Amino acid sequence: MLTYVIRRLLYMIPTLVGVAFLTFILFTIFGEDPVRVALGNHASEQAIRDLSEMWGLNKPYWLQFYDFLIQILTFNYGESFSSGDRLSEIFARGALVSLSLTAPPFFVGIFLNITIAMLIAYYRGSIVDRLSTILFVISMSISYLVYIIVLQYVLAYQLNWFPIQGYKSGLASIEFLLLPWLIIVLVSMGPDIRIYRTVFLDQTKADYIRTARAKGVSEQRIMSVHLLKNAMIPILTNTIISIPFLIMGAFVMERYFSIPGIGDITITAINEGDFPIIKAMTMMSAVLFAFFNLLTDLLYAVVDPRIKLS
Amino acid sequence: MLLAKSHPPSKTSSKNNSSLAQVFKKNRLVSKIWSKLRKEPQFLICLVILISYIFIGLLGLLNLLPDFQERVGGSYESPKLELAKIFGTDIFGRSVLYKILAGTQTAITMGFIVTTMAIPTGITLGALSGYYGKKTDIIVTWLYTVLSSIPNILLLIAISYSLGRGLVAVCVAMAATYWISLCRMIRGEFIKHKEAEYVLASKVLGAGDFVIIFKHILPNVIHLAIVTSSLMILSAIKAEVMLTYLGVGIQDGASWGAMITAAPGELTNGIWWSLAAVVLFMFLIIYSLNIIGDTLRDVLDPKLLN
Repeated sequence: MLTYVIRRLLYMIPTLVGVAFLTFILFTIFGEDPVRVALGNHASEQAIRDLSEMWGLNKPYWLQFYDFLIQILTFNYGESFSSGDRLSEIFARGALVSLSLTAPPFFVGIFLNITIAMLIAYYRGSIVDRLSTILFVISMSISYLVYIIVLQYVLAYQLNWFPIQGYKSGLASIEFLLLPWLIIVLVSMGPDIRIYRTVFLDQTKADYIRTARAKGVSEQRIMSVHLLKNAMIPILTNTIISIPFLIMGAFVMERYFSIPGIGDITITAINEGDFPIIKAMTMMSAVLFAFFNLLTDLLYAVVDPRIKLS
Repeated sequence: MLLAKSHPPSKTSSKNNSSLAQVFKKNRLVSKIWSKLRKEPQFLICLVILISYIFIGLLGLLNLLPDFQERVGGSYESPKLELAKIFGTDIFGRSVLYKILAGTQTAITMGFIVTTMAIPTGITLGALSGYYGKKTDIIVTWLYTVLSSIPNILLLIAISYSLGRGLVAVCVAMAATYWISLCRMIRGEFIKHKEAEYVLASKVLGAGDFVIIFKHILPNVIHLAIVTSSLMILSAIKAEVMLTYLGVGIQDGASWGAMITAAPGELTNGIWWSLAAVVLFMFLIIYSLNIIGDTLRDVLDPKLLN
């Protein structure tokens, strides 16, 4: 187990170097010139040279990349070009906001979608099953942005149930987050329930279910005890792997409702050529992704004793 | 076929025979699949919808669609029973219908470019890494792990930004990550199939790697590519809306994303027809692609075919 974990951690190194390299190429070599963005088009040659010097952008590319690798190793990405704030602070602040946006609907969604999927699997083949399948495909065929636009217009603008957009920190944020939460839960229903339903239906064909039926276990008990336990394995792993995405925030949602989470910060940084922020966010997400990937594999082995880590 | 191949002198005749037999077998397979698909009325309707969208796209490429830049009436006219104004007009008095048709051309072109880039990449890399394993596998796995460690939307933004925010840039950005899921599936199948008896048999008979990969194993897993391509086109259409909203979408020509992005401001002024029409057009194609993908997945699965 321990050797497995250590080996997996070592495997992360080439991946992270790859991510660093890709980020570097995409943003340093092809991206906007941050000095130009900061100083505008009419800046003097001297000012441009000074700022480039200060941000270390006049060094040769390989040296800049080397600096970047050092930053990753020391977890010190420096300061934002545009605001001058420390990156660790920006990230911590943004991650908290993003989590407050994405985590509640995530948990509500899991609970709600699993329950509905189980009910549908229980009534498999019936008219309810067929109708809901069609309904979910319909709901998946509409753009996410359209949900946001229409629900904001109807619920916030016309009915005044929610504020139209904005954000306040602390507990006051709940008022602003209710509508985004609702939309996230609603949009997750179609795809998630479809996946969970398939998982449940695969399990209903298993031998242990037949055995349980033959023993005379009631159908309810089969569903809620035998089936749920086994179906939880794929569901659980599916869930854990999406946690990094919760922390990294919902880009479009944050942008639309002006919620200052990581997604919003990152998009602003891209538009302003704020390379330190982009670097930090990309690396952070890669680390989170690799870490939760490992966690999923470990958890797989814990919940399913048939799986051996090698 | 096995017997014939072990006798070198009769090689030419056996080759003819086997290829003939294969064509026959393939045709039988095609007709079998078609006879199954024919029984799915929903699939057929969706196929007709898809084909008509492709037709609109082709008309656009041949410059046969009406010019969407042209003014056909006043600013924000509500829908009227008249071809150009059936969905009303936009702020500049341009026909919403013509804009949507031009957007259809963009969407179809995009779907076509993305799939022609991502599907062959996914198949080739998946086949090579699954079949050869070792170093090839390590490199390919590393490549897609790196790409999938970066949030998809960040990568899309970054690539389309660096390539200049045009239609092609957006397509390259999408194709850069869309090949991954197919590659993973094909790789997994190749790992399973390369130990199968029929592969070992043809190896013993002296078949080269190229023949084994493309002639023997690939036909068994190609259905994955067909199903994935319909999902890929619909993700591309959906992603275009997001990218355009975030300001890195297609800047040249009309797009559904641009029309949806303009909608919030229009809605508050009571202009609903533009958004409604785009949502309807987008819904039809995405729903059709969803159904086509699902049906093909069920019908093309070789385990269920026989």
